[in-house]
Amino acid sequence: MTLLAFWQSHLAEVWRLIGQHVVLVFVSTLVAVAAGVPIGIAAARRPRIGGPLAAAASIIQTVPSLALFGFLLPLPLIGGIGARTALAALILYALLPVIRTTAAGLRAIDPAILEAADAMGMTTRQRLLRVELPLALPAIIAGIRVSAVVGVGTVTIAAAIGAGGLGEYIYRGLSMVDATVILAGAIPAAAMALLVDGALLALERGLSSRRHGRARVAVPAALVLLLCTGAAVAAALPGEERIVVGSKNFTEQVILGELVAQTIERYTDLPVDRRLNLGGTFICDRALQSGDIDIYVEYSGTALTAVFKQPVQRDPRAVLDDIRTRYADTARTMLPALGFNNTFAILVRGSDAKAFGLTRISELTAQAPRWRAGFGFEFLAREDGYPGLAAAYDLRFGEAPRAMELSLIYRALSGGQVDVIAGDATAGLIEALDLAALEDDRHYFPPYDAFPVVHAATLLRHPEIGVAMGRLAGRVDEAAMRRMNDAVDAQHRDPAVVVREFLDALDRGV
Amino acid sequence: MIAFEQVSCRRGTREVLRDVTFRVAHGETLALVGRSGAGKSTVLKLINRILRPDSGRVVVDGRDAASWDPIALRRHTGYVLQEVGLFPHMSIGRNVAVVPELVGWDRPRIEARTAELLNLVGLPAGEFAGRWPDQLSGGQRQRVGVARALAADPPLVLMDEPFGSLDPVTRVELHREFRRIQEQVRKTVVIVTHDMREAFALADRIGVLSEGHLVALDRAEDLKASPHPAVRTLLDAAFA
Repeated sequence: MTLLAFWQSHLAEVWRLIGQHVVLVFVSTLVAVAAGVPIGIAAARRPRIGGPLAAAASIIQTVPSLALFGFLLPLPLIGGIGARTALAALILYALLPVIRTTAAGLRAIDPAILEAADAMGMTTRQRLLRVELPLALPAIIAGIRVSAVVGVGTVTIAAAIGAGGLGEYIYRGLSMVDATVILAGAIPAAAMALLVDGALLALERGLSSRRHGRARVAVPAALVLLLCTGAAVAAALPGEERIVVGSKNFTEQVILGELVAQTIERYTDLPVDRRLNLGGTFICDRALQSGDIDIYVEYSGTALTAVFKQPVQRDPRAVLDDIRTRYADTARTMLPALGFNNTFAILVRGSDAKAFGLTRISELTAQAPRWRAGFGFEFLAREDGYPGLAAAYDLRFGEAPRAMELSLIYRALSGGQVDVIAGDATAGLIEALDLAALEDDRHYFPPYDAFPVVHAATLLRHPEIGVAMGRLAGRVDEAAMRRMNDAVDAQHRDPAVVVREFLDALDRGV
Repeated sequence: MIAFEQVSCRRGTREVLRDVTFRVAHGETLALVGRSGAGKSTVLKLINRILRPDSGRVVVDGRDAASWDPIALRRHTGYVLQEVGLFPHMSIGRNVAVVPELVGWDRPRIEARTAELLNLVGLPAGEFAGRWPDQLSGGQRQRVGVARALAADPPLVLMDEPFGSLDPVTRVELHREFRRIQEQVRKTVVIVTHDMREAFALADRIGVLSEGHLVALDRAEDLKASPHPAVRTLLDAAFA
């Protein structure tokens, strides 16, 4: 899909993300100016008070932005995921340039001018407002310019903690390995940085020239910028309660997030916000607990071990029952499972499966001595990987299994270099390369059944979400999930379109 | 009216004025002459209370300067600085209007006064009020400095080396202008300069400061006869 086509088909979303981006930059810069200018004045007047503050701001500036977001996540009030944390980080970053240029601008004023102001009988306040700040203004604007331009860039990173903005496309594109989607976010962000830089530079030059002629150009330029900002702010302000759907940052999760979002949009009147591509299980779960997101899709094995820190269990039903109780105890509600299990899958070529009548792993035992196996490094090493599997099914291959890179393993099987591999049960390549997954008939692998989990308070307010999600219960099997993964990963199709087609088919009863 | 009564003033560890006593009558122009570091600028800063004396009294218009509100005292006192110190972000008209605005005059009165003063210092308001300080020559800027000091019609005017940075021709021209203006406005003026010729050109009486002491204070023509070595040095430098 070309970039223009992508923008055309996502027009509303592009504008919404641009709006969020502008709001984050605008608000953070505004607060940084409100706090930074007084600190800068203090730093210029009383180095003993202002100096340490400026030093603190300059230390903060050296912390990488992703790390700063990480530090802020667990803090009360300003922490959590979403725009709040992003704003706190952006403000901290924007402070230093404003403080520094304000102090420098004030110190650079000719002492004769200050002497004249004093001799004329100006009070300290009058001298500041009528003489010092106007003269330091071009320098202060230069600091604001640096803050705003850095802010435009930093906001793209803030998408990792669900702040929204054009970074969403960049992260989505990165996880889909789709350059078009990356560019769809990166190009408007770059354009925005150039625009902000240019407009503020014009303002700065207009002011420092002190001549009416250029001020006449600069003032309207600044006004236009301000108006655009205002319009974007108005467009992005939330008008009513919106259901926030989250997802982790890999293709299947983005598709599932889209599936949940479209299901709610299709079967209820609730407006939906998408916070897809959040950076992992931990962030999604925290966000769900705090209500920053209302719903996302989790896997039963992950919930048991990563969320609730319990030992591995192999019985799928027992796992689901266990975590349902644990979720309910902590104000989260688990909805019925979608129907697929994203676990390890033992795969063979489709032609072999037919030729030897293979459907279960236990049937593989007889073939094993004549076949070659290929596994990922981690699967080979983990106790609950190959060693356990071999013991559970009494598997003995003719030669030691080969260690292979996960991304190459499917093609190695289809190309005949190996005959058996362990892959991902919902990998799109299973369909694309005509591979067959063997049933884990002795329940060796822990279950990873996918299910939506929802913030309990939200479900109480809007029980229709539960009803809508009920339509998906058991309707997304491994094959369906694999087809959607394949459509997005291999065919580079838009997750939103792929999900819409799936839901259309579901409605038609196909 | 200004009176110094046995004023001493210390800046840091250095005593810059020692036991200085003089009076400036209403409408009189007094020039204080001395070499750099003789304590001239300190005298001006004591009058508008940027500095305070360590001993003795400074009296301004019948009241001890210490009992004046410093802001009110400074608005009561016009000040012309050596470096002029025009505000570069304000037009010439607004520079002149600074003190009237601070004191809260209404707009028509400020505009009328600004035009009157710019015309008085030889810069027709129609042509100059809308210009900017960096568009003016040094002499023109110094005239604006004088107009600004006179703007709110202060009874006292202090001038610190007001024409020091100008070329000789412009300086002589401005001396003439100063006398013409002073004829009209009759302010009480204290001028500080290192140039005895300038003092002779401008002042009714001349005081000579040397190492913090006021070593001579006399009418111009009488000062020429002073035998004091510090006075002789300054006279020789100016008229040799």
